[in-house]
Amino acid sequence: MKPAAFDYRAPRTLEEALGLLREHQDEAKVLAGGQSLVPAMNFRLARPAVLVDIARVPGLDRIDLDDPGSVTVGARVRHLDLEHNTIPGPLGVLLARTGRWVGHYPIRVRGTFGGSLAHADPAAEWCALACALDAEIHCRSANGARVVEACDFFEQMAFTTCLAPDELLMGVRLPSLGDSWGVGMAEFARRWGDFAIVLAIAAVERDGDSVARARIALGGVAGGPVRAAHAEAALSGRAATPESVAAAAAAAAEEVDPTGDIHGSADYRRDLVRTMVTRALNQALA
Amino acid sequence: MSWTGRSLRRFEDPALVRGLGRFVADVADNHTGARHAAFVRSPVPAGRIRSIEAPAGASVFTAASFSGIGTICARLDRPDFVPLETPVLASDAVRHQGEPVALVVAGSRAEAEDLAEQVIVDIEATRPVLDAAAATDPDAPAVHRGLDMPMGNNVVLDARFATDELEAAFEAADEIVEIEIRAHRQNALPIEARGAMAAHDPGTGRTTLTAANQMPHMLRTALADILNVPEAELRVVTPEVGGAFGQKMCVPREYVALVAAARLLNTTIAWIEDRSENLLASWHSRDHSYRLAGAFSRGGALLGLDADIVCNIGAYSNYPVTFGVEPLMALAELPGPYRLSQYRVRSRAVTTNLCPIAPYRGVSRPVLTLAMERLIDTAARRLGLDPVRVRRTNLVTEFPYSMPTGLPVDPGSYSETLETAVEAVDLEGFRRRQQQAAAQGRYLGIGFSVFGERTGYGTPAFAARAMEITPGYETVRLEMNPSGDVTARIGASPHGQGLATALSQLLADELGVEPRQVAVVHGDTDAAPYGWGTFASRSMVIAGGATKLAGQRLAARLKEIAAHHLEASPDDIRLEQGSATVAGTSIGMALPEIARLAHHSSHRLPGDMEPGLAVSATYDPAGTFSNACHAAVVEVDPDTGAVCLERFVVIADAGVEVNPMIVEGQIHGGVTQGIANALYEELVVDGDGNLLTASLMDFLPPTACEIPDIEVTHIQTVTDASITGAKGVGEGGAIGAPAAVLNAISDALAPLGIEVNEMPATPSRLRELIRQAVPASTAETAAAGG
Repeated sequence: MKPAAFDYRAPRTLEEALGLLREHQDEAKVLAGGQSLVPAMNFRLARPAVLVDIARVPGLDRIDLDDPGSVTVGARVRHLDLEHNTIPGPLGVLLARTGRWVGHYPIRVRGTFGGSLAHADPAAEWCALACALDAEIHCRSANGARVVEACDFFEQMAFTTCLAPDELLMGVRLPSLGDSWGVGMAEFARRWGDFAIVLAIAAVERDGDSVARARIALGGVAGGPVRAAHAEAALSGRAATPESVAAAAAAAAEEVDPTGDIHGSADYRRDLVRTMVTRALNQALA
Repeated sequence: MSWTGRSLRRFEDPALVRGLGRFVADVADNHTGARHAAFVRSPVPAGRIRSIEAPAGASVFTAASFSGIGTICARLDRPDFVPLETPVLASDAVRHQGEPVALVVAGSRAEAEDLAEQVIVDIEATRPVLDAAAATDPDAPAVHRGLDMPMGNNVVLDARFATDELEAAFEAADEIVEIEIRAHRQNALPIEARGAMAAHDPGTGRTTLTAANQMPHMLRTALADILNVPEAELRVVTPEVGGAFGQKMCVPREYVALVAAARLLNTTIAWIEDRSENLLASWHSRDHSYRLAGAFSRGGALLGLDADIVCNIGAYSNYPVTFGVEPLMALAELPGPYRLSQYRVRSRAVTTNLCPIAPYRGVSRPVLTLAMERLIDTAARRLGLDPVRVRRTNLVTEFPYSMPTGLPVDPGSYSETLETAVEAVDLEGFRRRQQQAAAQGRYLGIGFSVFGERTGYGTPAFAARAMEITPGYETVRLEMNPSGDVTARIGASPHGQGLATALSQLLADELGVEPRQVAVVHGDTDAAPYGWGTFASRSMVIAGGATKLAGQRLAARLKEIAAHHLEASPDDIRLEQGSATVAGTSIGMALPEIARLAHHSSHRLPGDMEPGLAVSATYDPAGTFSNACHAAVVEVDPDTGAVCLERFVVIADAGVEVNPMIVEGQIHGGVTQGIANALYEELVVDGDGNLLTASLMDFLPPTACEIPDIEVTHIQTVTDASITGAKGVGEGGAIGAPAAVLNAISDALAPLGIEVNEMPATPSRLRELIRQAVPASTAETAAAGG
């Protein structure tokens, strides 16, 4: 369990980092917190020739609250920083609730928000959250910058994104959720800190006793995070009742097409979708 | 005041908690010039090796390099046993995924792994057989082609026992309860995987193997036999060992290959196993299936028991205990602490294309206890009786008791532990709470498990298994040094149990010294007397007994010298607080004074007493039973199948507890592994024989987050089967916990008519049972949004 040989580079500027990625393309891999990449290298499942450590690149570890309509989370912000609810409003609550489910404490100390998105584990909490909130993923290469919608960023194949080999994920812009929003998060894993078997993220905008808009994303049920569009439709514009929640949960279970693995069959996962969506919505509507 | 019975803090711990413990990987790191090994392993579970191609110039060993070296093979002398030989490296056939095929030596582990990737092994894969039941089919592939299997295809042990009147007992029964129990495959998962460093010294011609191991002398003997070298040329050292649980008891092929390669290369080679290798190919455990039929009276009395046990032992045997240990222990001990006169059992070992099995904490007993305790609870539910009452009806209360198989059971507190547990969990109060919870759609349950743990058995007990290599006794060589402190050399090989502390307490009582003045030397075949090591909950009983005997001998010698110089009778000398004093007087000699005299002025010793203060003692008891009752309180989430352990209560009877804190530590660790067995850990193999749980992402030991506080109460039943009064306690936690947990889950799900007989009881398995029982939506979904 030792990695294959690789070169280690530690650029001190963004330009230098992007230059290395342009130079090495597919041969290079970006190292941020290393909580997934390094084990994968030790198993020799990942064999980058060049490791580009962005730890010294300035500016990537900020949480930007300047824009009243959004919050931008830098790629290198650690999981733990989001768990500690430094962001106001329902968005901060959702980030904090979700953050607690990311790995174990030591992983949250070192692992990064951007790293999790770029790694794109199908059961990763942040990927589902970005997808639920239609986050904007800010990418940059030596040739310029672009912005990708979260749901387009993740390919429906595990560990695959639209990030080009020479692109660096710079940060993620999340919408500030106003006070009319309620948020919920439910996850089922075998042990605390394990990757989810199924997780559900819900953000619900209330309009009196009704639901104006519902955003629901799921993890662990496909190659990447998915929006539960039918479940959202089943709830949006309806009264917030146990029946409408049950209908949405049933719709979510109906619309997913999970595959099974040793921790749960496809049927079990589909069954869990209903329970997790129910729990996330109940939390969001509470 | 006696040192025995005090919860002294363990002398071993300061080094361990400060990172100063030296494990084999530390030894290798600090050994200048040590080379590192990696093994090339079979990617397929069954096949024939066509060719092995190594990169030019690489230091690669294959079976062909080791010509003249024997196989690893231990035997039982029984007609129903087929011995299996394990080659050091696979030579022709490969019989399980991960089987070592070649050994690569390089300057570092990373380089060795690079080279191992370049070794091309061409294997013609053949159809594997993975399931024990399927393997006995006459048309199934033979795992050991060409080997005569008179008892059936792939059947390597078929043991039977029956009393005369079983059928009559079944005819007389009011209720016959049949259950099937399945315990899936596990890995003992010591925190330190295996590892060894073989250092050959061309100057002396000796080879030292520093190894993570539980039986250093046995390992030396095995190496000598297999490599055909005199034992005196070999030395086995066990430094700190980071847990073993049986996985480091049996002789690994890798260690033998390492020693052979180091001798061929005249060098030092280290192999530090990584977690994936460990999960794939160290030793696996459990993998048993039981079919039980119990004949019960209307009142719940167990009249007869009929059992069919199948153990999937994987591709090879283990050395020295053999695969026979699993089915034979199950056969002998299945009835447990329940009075039973009519018993019939068939117990088989079946070889398959899976990793071989080695004993793991509790060996067969976690599963046989699960089987009996599930039978009792199922019978209780069927008969409409309280499971506690059925236990009360059947538990052995008069001693000595003899099991139907003739196994003698010495005095224990089976009923007392049960009653104490019932009180500790407030059973009546719990039943009320359970009903209130049920009204809210919640599923709470309670489960009990009462068992005896046969421990500290010596040579006669092992001899009953007809083992070619019969373990049992322990020897202690004890010496008071000239400075008055004491060195105890023991054949046991503690690896985390705190045995040195506990033995020091025994010696302090015998010799009147402080425990701190005792140094315990173990784990070095050049320094310790020949012994069997540490396994089978034996060390406190057997090494402890030998230590006490040696202490008594040394005390007698000290008293004789003091009496001679103080002109008193030895009977009047007391050894207390570092002195030998004439009872009732202040006349005495300090122990260091006696020690100096014995070593440095031996001409002043009485009569013909020999110089020095060295004594030796051996102890070889028949064995004893510790016992306990475990109780688990759980809540099952019906929508996910998750089990939350609310409480775990242990009422333990380990006889005299030399160090109660250590006893409790053993129980905590054992229960945790038992809970792991019950709920979490499972090695999963796909239909092609590929291990799917090859990392700790997928093989799931519980963490502190998943384990409740373990509440331990102690009862001490005196036995004269052990001269210290101590009964072994190393395995009990692991033995009792699975049954308590599965009984609790079954109690919780009883309203749905569910009995849980498969472990681990994973959420997906439980949810599936719940869905079958309740096809419509369950409580929470119905109450969604509420």
